[in-house]
Amino acid sequence: MTPEQHFSDAVLWTVIIGLALGSFGLRFLFLGFVGDRPLPRWMLRLLRYTAVTILPALVTPLVIWPQSNDGQTDPVKLCAALATLAVGYLTRSVLPAVFAGAAVLLLPALLA
Amino acid sequence: MTSSTTNRALWRGARNSLPFIFVAGPFGLLFGVVASEAGLHVLESFSFSIAVFAGAAQFTALQLLEDNAPTLIVLVSALAVNLRCAMYSAALTPHMGAVPMWQRAFGSFFIVDQSYALSIVEFENKPDMSIAEKWAYFWGTNIIIAPLWVGMTLLGALVGGRIPETWSLDFAVPIAFIAITATMLRTPAHMAAAFVAITVSILTAGVPHNLGLIIAGIAGMITGAVVEAEIEKRTGRLL
Repeated sequence: MTPEQHFSDAVLWTVIIGLALGSFGLRFLFLGFVGDRPLPRWMLRLLRYTAVTILPALVTPLVIWPQSNDGQTDPVKLCAALATLAVGYLTRSVLPAVFAGAAVLLLPALLA
Repeated sequence: MTSSTTNRALWRGARNSLPFIFVAGPFGLLFGVVASEAGLHVLESFSFSIAVFAGAAQFTALQLLEDNAPTLIVLVSALAVNLRCAMYSAALTPHMGAVPMWQRAFGSFFIVDQSYALSIVEFENKPDMSIAEKWAYFWGTNIIIAPLWVGMTLLGALVGGRIPETWSLDFAVPIAFIAITATMLRTPAHMAAAFVAITVSILTAGVPHNLGLIIAGIAGMITGAVVEAEIEKRTGRLL
């Protein structure tokens, strides 16, 4: 059984190739082009906060209005998200946080 | 700068990367599984991981493809997630810049969270390392983790599609991203940036073409930079 794909292969390969070139460009940017000239401080400042903003901004709507629940808030998913956040913040470690979130998420299925 | 000291640097890098097996392994596996759930064939998932070689950006792109976001938004958002690699590249340049262009180009491809974090700590702790040792250490941090990441993607793509719906796999990406974000909330500036990004992402949820993500990201980044500058001014200390 192959799951249904919601996008064309052309779009997929555009994304894969575009992302491959773009990611390489970002990694090469300084090591390749800039050499050891210093960078403007404000630029490094903005770059420092990209991951910590884009990742939660992507996830928040998925947590509050999950598609698998027709956009209705699902208390189990909300609790799983909060458990992940709390454990990740307290332990400073990704894996315990993932396990905590997965445990809360799968609890109802295990009890049923 | 004998070959035995560079060898030692290589193996030290490899040894220090061992804990990351428990991060890259499961995430690679998860990417393969999630990609196959999204309808990607094994070859497509495998190419994705080899060519892009950046977990969080790959998950972001996949999620937005599933949401039927426009291709340009998929690319911009996933590359925004990867902007931090540009920062890593900037930080490593003073240590690793003085080698031929082909070596810099090849090495650039392997600048990821784990190789950057391990290398920069080592270079700053041992300022008298030669450039050959620094490069050897950098390769050492990749020598186990890079093949593992790609191999686990392949394994995930092969077993994926057979996972029951009650496992709520659609929620695996949110859980993974929340976990990554939570561990990054080190300073008040990081917390303020994340808080603003979350708030704006809720307010802009209705904006078409998933543009809310970009707006929320920019608002959060500016917040983080402003708060950081303000703290620096008040304490007179660099963060």
